[in-house]
Amino acid sequence: MSSALLFACAGLGLFVIGTWGLVLRAHLVRKVLAINIMASGVSLMLVGTGAMGAGEVDPVPQAMVITGIVVTISATALALALLLRLAHATGRPTLPEDRERDLMDEEGR
Amino acid sequence: MLPEYLAGAAWMPWAIVLPLWGALLSFLFPRRAAPIGLGVAFLTATAALAVLLQVALGGPRRYQVGGWGAPLGIDLVADGLSALMLAMTAVIGVAISIYARVYLVAAPDKVRRFWPLWMFLWAALNALFQAGDVFNLYVTLELLGLSAVALVALAGSGPALSGAMRYLLVSLFGSLAYLLGVALLYHAYGTVDLALLGERAQGGIQLAVPLGAMIAGLLLKTGLFPFHVWLPPAHGSARAPVSALLSALVVKASFYLLLRLWFTFTPAGQGLPILLGALGTAAIFWGSIQALRQRRLKLLVAYSTVAQLGYLFIAFPLAGMEPALAWGGSIYLALSHAFAKGAMFLAAGSIMTESGHDEIGELDLVVERMPLTLAAFALAGISLAGLPPSGGFVGKWMLLQAAMEQGLWGWALVLIGGGALTAAYVFRVLGFAFTTSPHRHESHSVPGTMEWTALLLALGAVLLGFVAPWALPLLDGVLP
Repeated sequence: MSSALLFACAGLGLFVIGTWGLVLRAHLVRKVLAINIMASGVSLMLVGTGAMGAGEVDPVPQAMVITGIVVTISATALALALLLRLAHATGRPTLPEDRERDLMDEEGR
Repeated sequence: MLPEYLAGAAWMPWAIVLPLWGALLSFLFPRRAAPIGLGVAFLTATAALAVLLQVALGGPRRYQVGGWGAPLGIDLVADGLSALMLAMTAVIGVAISIYARVYLVAAPDKVRRFWPLWMFLWAALNALFQAGDVFNLYVTLELLGLSAVALVALAGSGPALSGAMRYLLVSLFGSLAYLLGVALLYHAYGTVDLALLGERAQGGIQLAVPLGAMIAGLLLKTGLFPFHVWLPPAHGSARAPVSALLSALVVKASFYLLLRLWFTFTPAGQGLPILLGALGTAAIFWGSIQALRQRRLKLLVAYSTVAQLGYLFIAFPLAGMEPALAWGGSIYLALSHAFAKGAMFLAAGSIMTESGHDEIGELDLVVERMPLTLAAFALAGISLAGLPPSGGFVGKWMLLQAAMEQGLWGWALVLIGGGALTAAYVFRVLGFAFTTSPHRHESHSVPGTMEWTALLLALGAVLLGFVAPWALPLLDGVLP
């Protein structure tokens, strides 16, 4: 297995782990972190698949990853600001439908 | 007909650059945000309508931004479908801007936040409709999502904030799934340009996997049943002009992108179209029944959006033998829904301003106090229910024809049944508007501008039925 393929597969793995956290975790900071992990996964996949071909490494996926990182940073900033306002307004860092449950463990309440 | 310097001018980038400037200027000069925003709204609409004229008279156009061609540079592409979407955004955008200018006078602290965000949203929409490659589409999709979420949060109340948060998470999840698809497409075909991808992609697993991820992400962002749960709270708790532009324009953007992908790759097989049609059917019935059960007017209108989005997906199973009728009907339905739903949310906003609440059971003879607003609501309802001569009628009639010419009676029944349900929830609101309630209510005066903009948008939804002979030929060559 080439290292590029390994990177691509690791990226896919991160995407799946992030999806898991986003869906099952109740605490919004965890959800925002899960989104970040998913975004890193996609970036890793872009870079990995870009390096898979024979010959020199394709620069276009790297340009895409840089754009993707900028987008993720802005999205994370917005999500955290929104999270602070929400926690301030409602007193809880969760969405209303997740108040009573965290599907993964008891600590997340 | 037009002087050469106007007919040949580069209107396509202007439709994106002008609202970007508007956003920056209204952010830098918050005291003048409203006049700047309104002025730029008219300029942007002019540029967008000029693109429509250019495409209508001279066919599809391609513009290389900064003179750098693909694959390194960014190419803007406008064909008939893009031009129709740009024009829809232009007309509704101007109406919502005029409404918002008056509506936000009562909330001065919101003014300086609303205008920059709305201008960013408009720039993202215009860029999305003209993007020529799948990666730029991802970037515009994210710009659109982020400004839409911030606009929902503008209301500042607890429900609006949690609605915005849920919307943000869903929107990011959808875009990341889309980006995953882009990564796989680039790996398989070595390009992100839509036209080149269409030539190179030959089906098989290496197309099916990325396309599946992209379609799933876009369905999530469009709010098709059962992915609609985020939509009513976000659209129902935002400020009235924001609800109007979310329901009228933002959900159409991801639907447009879905169509664009579908037309580029024309996936083989019958399973996916039937699945999309079935989800659309479920959306029509579930959305309409929920709309009938709501006690708040804005939530009723939001659930109606869930139902009407379902209609757009009925075209997928019908497109087999009658692509022109099915896709044309679906696109026309999307256009007229944008006008009608914009008008409905603006009318709901006027009613809420007038009476201070939006309980349907307590509308209390609102027709006597605001006849224009009620007329706007009723006319928009006519278009949504698909009664002639409205734009909604043209769209539904084309879908119905496509179903009957292929003998697919089941889908025809769905179309007719959904129309009856739509009429039911519209008349439920009208019924309460014409009767007195036992409770006394406060009453505030509503500026005439707010009532008239809603009415003119609703009239636009009805008049769309008459411009169909000129609008539909634009789609020739775009449909597969």
